[in-house]
Order: sequence, then C-alpha cells, then structure tokens
Amino acid sequence: MWPRVSSFLRRLFADFPSALGTTIMLVFLLLAVFGPLLAPYPYDLPIYEHPRQAPDATHWFGTDHLARDVFSRVLVGARSVLLLAGGGTLVAVALGTLVGLVSGYAGGWLDELLMRFFDSLLALPALLLALLLLGTLRATYGEDVSAVGKGLGVFLVLAVVYTPIVARVVRSVVLAVKTRSYVEAARLQGESLGWILFREILPAALPALAVEAALRFSYAIFLTSSLGYLGVGVQPPNPDWGLMVNEGRRNVSQVPWAMWFPAAAISVVVVGANLMAEGLKRALREE
Amino acid sequence: MTPLNDPLLDIRDLTVSYRTGGRALDALRGVSLRVARGQTYGLVGESGSGKSTLALAVMQYLPAEGAVTGGAITFDGRDLLAHSRADLRHLWGRELALVPQDPFTALNPALRIGEQLAEGLRLYEGLNEEEGNARAVDLLRTVRLPDPERAAGSYPHQLSGGQQQRVLIALALSGRPKLLVLDEPTTALDVTTEAAVLDLVAGLTRAAGASALYVTHNLGVVAGRTERVAVLYASELVEDAPTADLFRQPLHPYTRGLLDSLPRPGQRKDRQRLSGIEGRIPPLDALPPGCVFEPRCPLAVDRCRSERPALDEPVPGRHVRCHRWPEILAGDVSAARAPQAALPLPLATGESVLRLDDVTVQYPLRRTAVEALRGESKKAVHAVGGVSLSVNKGRTLGIVGESGSGKTSLARAIVGLVDRTGGDIDLLGLRLPPRLSDRGRAVLAQLQMVFQNPEEALNPYLTVGESLSRPLVTLLNLGRGEARQRAPDLLEAVRLPRTYAARRPAQLSGGEKQRVAIARAFAAHPDLLVADEPVSSLDVSVQANILNLLNDLQREHDSTTVFISHDIAVVAYLSDEVAVMYLGGLMETGPAAALFRPPHHPYTEALLSAIPVPDPAAIQSAIRLEGEVPSAVNVPSGCPFHTRCPRKIGAVCETETPPWQTGTDGKRIFCHIPLSELAAEQAGGGEKWEE
Repeated sequence: MWPRVSSFLRRLFADFPSALGTTIMLVFLLLAVFGPLLAPYPYDLPIYEHPRQAPDATHWFGTDHLARDVFSRVLVGARSVLLLAGGGTLVAVALGTLVGLVSGYAGGWLDELLMRFFDSLLALPALLLALLLLGTLRATYGEDVSAVGKGLGVFLVLAVVYTPIVARVVRSVVLAVKTRSYVEAARLQGESLGWILFREILPAALPALAVEAALRFSYAIFLTSSLGYLGVGVQPPNPDWGLMVNEGRRNVSQVPWAMWFPAAAISVVVVGANLMAEGLKRALREE
Repeated sequence: MTPLNDPLLDIRDLTVSYRTGGRALDALRGVSLRVARGQTYGLVGESGSGKSTLALAVMQYLPAEGAVTGGAITFDGRDLLAHSRADLRHLWGRELALVPQDPFTALNPALRIGEQLAEGLRLYEGLNEEEGNARAVDLLRTVRLPDPERAAGSYPHQLSGGQQQRVLIALALSGRPKLLVLDEPTTALDVTTEAAVLDLVAGLTRAAGASALYVTHNLGVVAGRTERVAVLYASELVEDAPTADLFRQPLHPYTRGLLDSLPRPGQRKDRQRLSGIEGRIPPLDALPPGCVFEPRCPLAVDRCRSERPALDEPVPGRHVRCHRWPEILAGDVSAARAPQAALPLPLATGESVLRLDDVTVQYPLRRTAVEALRGESKKAVHAVGGVSLSVNKGRTLGIVGESGSGKTSLARAIVGLVDRTGGDIDLLGLRLPPRLSDRGRAVLAQLQMVFQNPEEALNPYLTVGESLSRPLVTLLNLGRGEARQRAPDLLEAVRLPRTYAARRPAQLSGGEKQRVAIARAFAAHPDLLVADEPVSSLDVSVQANILNLLNDLQREHDSTTVFISHDIAVVAYLSDEVAVMYLGGLMETGPAAALFRPPHHPYTEALLSAIPVPDPAAIQSAIRLEGEVPSAVNVPSGCPFHTRCPRKIGAVCETETPPWQTGTDGKRIFCHIPLSELAAEQAGGGEKWEE
C-alpha cells in the first residue's frame, strides 16, 4: 500500500502547478482545523482602538466597518468554507458517483428514470433551486432556525444541486468503460456488482471526477456566499468568506480591504483546488 | 526495366527524429531506397518499425515534433527537403499523392463526395464548376463505384468503408500524380473488399504509368502486387530486394521470421507448428547497441551484439543489413526453424460439449413516433438468424466471416454477454440460460472468453497478479492470499516470467497482454473457450506465438475451443471444423481439412480467393465480390448471398431458401447449385493449396 501512495504523491508533486495547488489545499486544510487557535483577535468582537484600520503591522488585513480584525475573520472563516462548501461538495460527489455508476451500468428504464429526474432538477438555475429548498425547509421548521440549522440547510442544498451534475459526469465515463473487455471479462468471471462498479469501472472515472469535484467546490463557495447575501444561508456575524465579501461590498468606499482579503482567499483556494485537480487527474491516469 | 540511374524517388540515408519530453528519438535511421519510374514498391514492417514515418517523410507531412535530421529525399530530380511549403502545394496532388489509412477520418464529413473531388480538379486543371463535377463522376466511375452520379451527391457517412476507400483513391488519382503513397490502404477493410481495392489500385497505377509505394504490415499484400519490397525493423531498413527473390530466399533472419509466422493455406496444426519470432520490438529509446534485431535473432553471434551491421549488397540489386548474410546466402545457416511436428491430437471422444440449435440474436431498433403511430412493427437488426452447430470435446470450431456476418454476436450469445432472442444453447448437455445473471458460478467456470483487443483486455488499474487472481477467487473459491500466490504459476503456463505478476498492463506489449488475458481465461479450467479474433490486432510475428499457445493450452486442459476470425487462413490452420458465416447465417460447415478442396460455397470461394498469400508465385482465382453487404435489418429473401453471388443461377436464389447439401467429405453447403456442378466449376483451383 505505502509504495503506491508514495509514488502517487511523487507524481502529484512532480510538476510545479500541481505541487502549488496541493500545497495551497494543505495549508487551507490546516487553517480550517487550527484557524481559530491561530487567530490573534476574536473574530466577532470590535477593536475600538482601531476602527476602519487599513492593513498595518498589528492588523495585517486591516479592520472592517465594525472594527473587527479581518485577518482573524479570514482565518476562522476557513473552517466554515471547508465545512459548508467542502462538506456539501463531498456529499454531492459521493452521492453523484454512486448514482452515476448504478444508472450508467444498469441502463434501461432505471437509467432513463434517474436521468430524466436529474434533467428536471438541472432545468432550474442552481440559486433558484437552492432558494426553493431553503424556503421549504423554513416553512417546515419555522422561522427560528438556529445557525446550525441554517448550516445544515446549505449543506443539503449543495448536495441536491450538485449530485445530478456529478452523476452525469460519472455516468458518461461508465457508458464508455462498461463495454471494455476487462469489464466483460469480470462479468464472465462472476464478479459481484460491487467489485465491477468500484474496482473495474470507478478507477477510470476518477480523473474526470477529481476535476469535477474541484469545479463543484469552487462553485459551492460562491453559492454559499450568494445564499448568505440573500439572507437565507449563513448569517452575520459568521466569518464565512462569501458573506464577508458581500458585507465588504456595502462598505467598499470606507474599508475596501475588508472585501479584498476574503475575496483573495476565495480566489486562492479556488485556483488551488483546480490546480490540484489537474495534478490529481494526471497522477490518477498514470497509475 | 526502367534505368535505376534516374529514379523517381531517391531516399538516401534518411534519418527522422521525434522530439518527445525533451529528448530526440530516431524513428528512422539511415534509410535508403529508390523507386524507379512506373515501379510498385512495397514497404513492410510491424507496428513501431517506422514505416508510416517514412511515408509521411516522403509526403513532407511529418507532424510538428518530427523532423528530417539527416539524409536527402530526391523526387523527380528535385530536392524535396529544400522545397518551401508553397512549392509543396504544387507538388501535392499533382506529383505526389497519399491514400491514407483510415477512410473514416480522411474525408470531410460536411462536404459531398463530388464536391471534394471537384475542388481539387478545379485547382489542378483550372476546370470550371460544371467540368469539374463531370470529371468527378468520371473518376468515381474509374474506381468502379456503383452508381457514380449518386455517389457524387452523397456525404461520406452514406458510403461504406470500402466505398470511402475507393473515393480516397479517386481523390489521390485526380491530379494524375507520378507517385502514389499508400499508407496501409486496406487495413480497415474486410478481406474481400481489401482484395478488390488492391486490384483496383494495381490496375489504375499500371494504366497511368505511375509509381506506387505500398506501406503495409502484411507481407501477403505486397507479394503479388509489387516489383520490389523493403523490410523495415526498429527504424532501420533491414532488407530490400526484388519481390520474387525476397520471398524465395530471404537473406535477413527477420524477413525469414515474418514469412514463417504466417500460416500458409493448407498448413494445419496437427502437421506443423507455426514459428513466430520470440520477444518484442525494442522501444526507440532502448535500441540495442549492435544489430537492432539481435535480441530476437535465432542466428545472433557475439559480433551482432557489439557491432552494427552495414547495409551490404550481396547480389546486385539486393540489400541486407546482417553480419551473417554470406552464410545465409551460401545456405550454411538458416534462420528457418526446423519444422516442429505438432503433437498428435487427442482422440475425439465424440462427446458433444457445445450444441447450438437455431440460435437467433436480434437487436431491436427504436421506432420513431411517426412509425409507431402508423402502426409499423418494431424493426430489429438480425445479427444472427438461426444458427445450429455442434462442437465435440477437445475440438476447435472455427467461425469465419467478415464484419457484419454475426460471428461476434454469436460468440457473445454463447458466453452470455448478449441475450439470445431465440434457440437453445447446450453446454455439456445442460441448457444454458440466455441471461448471464441466470447462470451460476459453476456454469461460468465452464465457459470463458478471450477478447479481440488486448489493449482493453486487462484492467489498467490492477496489477497483472491481481487480475489473474480474480477468477481463482470467484470461480474456484480460493482465498485472496492463496490466489495471489498462484498467479505466477498462471503466468508460467502462458510462457511469461513470474515477475510479471507485479507489473501493470501499461508495462506489457500487446502480445504479452493477450497472453495474460489467455491465462486469466484458462485459470478456472474452462471446458469451453470462446476466442473472438484473439490475434487480429497483433503483429504477425506475435500472432504465431499466440496461436501456438492457444493450441498447447487446449491440449493441456483438454478443453474445447470456438475460434472466431475474419482470417480464413488462420481459421483453417487452427480449427478442426470450420463454419462460414454471412449476414447472420451459416453458408458452409465442414472439416477444416476439406476447406480448401472444392466444392465450395460461392462465398467461401470468394473468401479463399481473397487471402493475401505471401508467395508471389501462387496462382489464385480472382473472384471478387461486387456490391456491398446488405443491411441486416432487411435480410434478403431466399439465399442471403444472392445480391452479391457471382454464381447466382436465377430467380430461385431470390425466392427459395437454399437446401443444405451434404458432400462426401462431411462438408455441408447452403446453396441451390448441386455440389457436383460446383465442384466441376471450381476444379483446378484446389490443388494449388496443397502442400
């Protein structure tokens, strides 16, 4: 097992872009775990001595319109991004992979049924679908949904919105791979359905899946912040990066840096995710 | 004989390199050859030999990462390498023309055939639109396309592969070129189509007085159609000789190996083993320091390992790159293996292993909404229409047919990858359920398959050992650990090193992958092996070894084989019984030993006459099929072959289903013509096949 992992890592770090992307994602992961411990100031309390402070030695990213330390907020917010956008993407990828594998391999009416259902979901713009879902949740569970409840809502929305897209990507690979001789040989050898789906077919879908997951993750960050902006997702004072951009946008004339830094953080993570996906794609292919 | 001091094409010491990953690899090293005016020249080599690179270099079509790094190409007295792109535009088409390998990608799908032809004619000859179109139709008539007016108005996808290849030939000939370069012009075509297209090219170049350079992997193709042949191996020219001399007495051990790899018509597995060439072609970045063929050469001596041989001229007009040609020429040594007598066949017990009774396979087509409203019945592709066959234990049944004959659908119905629509299949006396999911593990273990394409035969994400251990786990109920330990034994059984268990498929050559696939199929000791074109995508030198291996394993396991191929010579070599299929039905069945003796079904006769025999002296009857294989959605009534049959006797062929006639030697023929009459008309064609 270990030689395989180490050779995989060597391929992943073999060229500069993918090494850079992977490093960015590792740093992001560390921040998501340890961010609150590293933050020099509380993320939600104003520092009255330095209101609307431009970036300097004490406040690296400056302070926002409510005199909160932007650097601390960005550090703490990493966790929210990872949990909501990352977690939601992960659920969508897992569900989509499973549905795509089964639908593509089974074919026939099951495939037809699932794909037409997904078509109907995809016909709605992601944001509209998300609003619809969150509205329904609110109607069911009442206006007073706790912050955790709202987080869960966003989580669910991402899964519902992105599962069909991931499923289609996986299904298209399955359709191409399932007629290859080695899959047919496995059927003739009496391999179980699980083995055929996960050991014979899935590896061929991993490169495409890695790219799709990174793309979905990028969009998930934007969707989360859009929902926050519309007041149905995460709520202030949560230091969600997307939410911070939207708050900063309103005060851009006074504290432009309060928007710059979270926006830059989003860009860096999105670029990092995509660079790593490219590297993953190649490393998985060369296996 | 044309004077060679004024050759049309003169290639001297040509070296072509490709830059990949910061390195330059030589795809051709110091190749020289001269094509005289009006001469047809054959260029033979296996995959990776550099033959296509040579064709591209002559055409100046090398891709951006390839470049001529040494030598010269002189065409019609002019230095071809010094030409600018603008000059080349005047040469292309008018003086030099290429017939590419794959007709499916070489034609513009968005333009009508006539327009693609007329475009060039307007440019070359300054014809106006009307004249151009008229000439285009003329050209299509020249390449014997049926209904040329309609073909000119068609789009490429409306034509069959053979018709598209004819269009490409018309395209190449439209500028009346002096040299026609044909890059594997018939590889993508069926055997009977291939023969017709090759005849056409030979006739047309002769009539136009043009030279032709045939690039091919098939020695049989060049044997009867070229004046000289050059053999390429691992980017070097190893032998170059007049065709008759090359086939009569090859001087290079590689040429000898290639010739011996092909089963000759009449050669049978119970009399003589095939002799392939061991090993594999060296990769370009790891060429041996001495002779490139040394690692695989049966005659290699110390000198071959250290010193690169020069291209010598042992006899005027013959060139060979080998240290040992004087001994080979004198007959002191020979690279030909002593013919190895095959082991006697096990006695047939007469126990039937596989019995097919009226098996049909249909693929339903979707109706359009309009068709459904009109109440039209659902249509289907009739891939297999009522086939009955039986194979006895320890025997090999060969099924031969061209693409669309239904042979692969039949194979897949037997193993259960396709649900049969009708009929019964019995394995060892037990009825096989049509669906794979209804067959228990015990049944699966009795029945295994080897697939056509070795490149996708193995899961690229598993090691060879893992792939081989799976059938032991699922079919023999071994533990995973034990199965892993047994995997190297399976490799040994197919003559591969035990260490290959740790490798991944990407590290194996095509032939090695197919060996692993065969090992996997035999892992659970099946009673019946279905092999669907197992050698058709392999190089000839590897083919022979795989055929020998299949034969040996069948004997060791005392198993039964259904062997499917489009290559009637291979089927005749390996099989005990042969069935000929056309358009989903059987045309002829009988013992393989009697296959080459008349009477033949007219379709079998055409197949036999289309075999590319690697012997320029062979006299073959030239029976060429006209027309195209009809659609399997509307199979012709009566005899399905009547639309193309050269021996059609009349309306009876169109209306009445032919009777199965049984001959004296166990042959059964599906034809209206009495056997005695067939035999009389086909007599005189039979003896030439016998050894």
